[in-house]
Amino acid sequence: MASVTQLKRQYIEYTTSLYHEGYLNDQFMYLQKLQSGDDSDPDFVSGLASVFFKESEKILNILATAFQQKIVDYNQAADDVHLFRGCSSNVGAQRLMSVCLVFLNYCKEKNLNGCLWCLQQANHEYILIRNKLEALFKLEQQILQAGGSVPMMK
Amino acid sequence: MDSSSSVNRTVGMKEEVEDERPHVLVVDDSLIDRKIMEKLFTNSACKVTTADSGQKALELLGQGEEYKHTNINHQGPKINLVVTDYCMPGMTGYDLLKKVKESSDIKEIPVIVVSSENVPTRIEKCLEEGAQEFILKPLKQSDVKKLRCHMHFTQSIKGRFCIGRYWDSWRQIRGEM
Repeated sequence: MASVTQLKRQYIEYTTSLYHEGYLNDQFMYLQKLQSGDDSDPDFVSGLASVFFKESEKILNILATAFQQKIVDYNQAADDVHLFRGCSSNVGAQRLMSVCLVFLNYCKEKNLNGCLWCLQQANHEYILIRNKLEALFKLEQQILQAGGSVPMMK
Repeated sequence: MDSSSSVNRTVGMKEEVEDERPHVLVVDDSLIDRKIMEKLFTNSACKVTTADSGQKALELLGQGEEYKHTNINHQGPKINLVVTDYCMPGMTGYDLLKKVKESSDIKEIPVIVVSSENVPTRIEKCLEEGAQEFILKPLKQSDVKKLRCHMHFTQSIKGRFCIGRYWDSWRQIRGEM
């Protein structure tokens, strides 16, 4: 059973690597700061992440169906990708957001191959960020259960 | 004195005691954005009601279809500030702003337009239509603190909150700098 100090150090290292590798950006830190402004709602960020996971999966399914149609509605697809970009941006999912920007361009160009490639990338990046956020929240829970407090990243 | 009033009020709930906190109506089609703005305002001791569309917002402001043909004063909660996203399907934030400013009962309520995109013509359009301020997302806690100070004015201020981040763009558009 790791000590609180070890867990905290793990947390800081893990979070730092997520920012370093571009998985998360300042927006995520901003959300954690918002959470710290209200002691009565310690699940604010993980709650937002749950919403993000649900909305992402919904949009990814919609997009998968959209590109399987005989005649692809690129305008609708662009709207959906724009929504997805907004969602990702809201939680600070930087890499996913970048894929969405490229995706948006392919939609505007009505480039099917480009879109299909981006859809694949988007699915991949979504799974990555979901796993990493879940691991992060798990670490937070472990720290709290061990009696410590979660370090604030600056 | 009921000190445990819930932060989110659903329309129709009878308010037994006057809640002194300023009441903000947050309008955005994105659930995550609504939650973030709600948190920002509750962190600044405001009461928050959210709406996921302009139509819903108008209903909460007592401007829904069912009120239009009656002379009955609506029982809806008193709103001190409306914060609306610009980009929404159907009725945009700009459309909502127009409807608020065109209505005799609610035109005095300050409306803040927020957007994730910095488009000068959009900003100008909203300010011309009577928006108190146009702010780029994500909103900062400091923006909300400043907004809160202005929520107690009882008369409409012809002018801007001068939060500063778009004041310069606005002045550039007007050729003042």
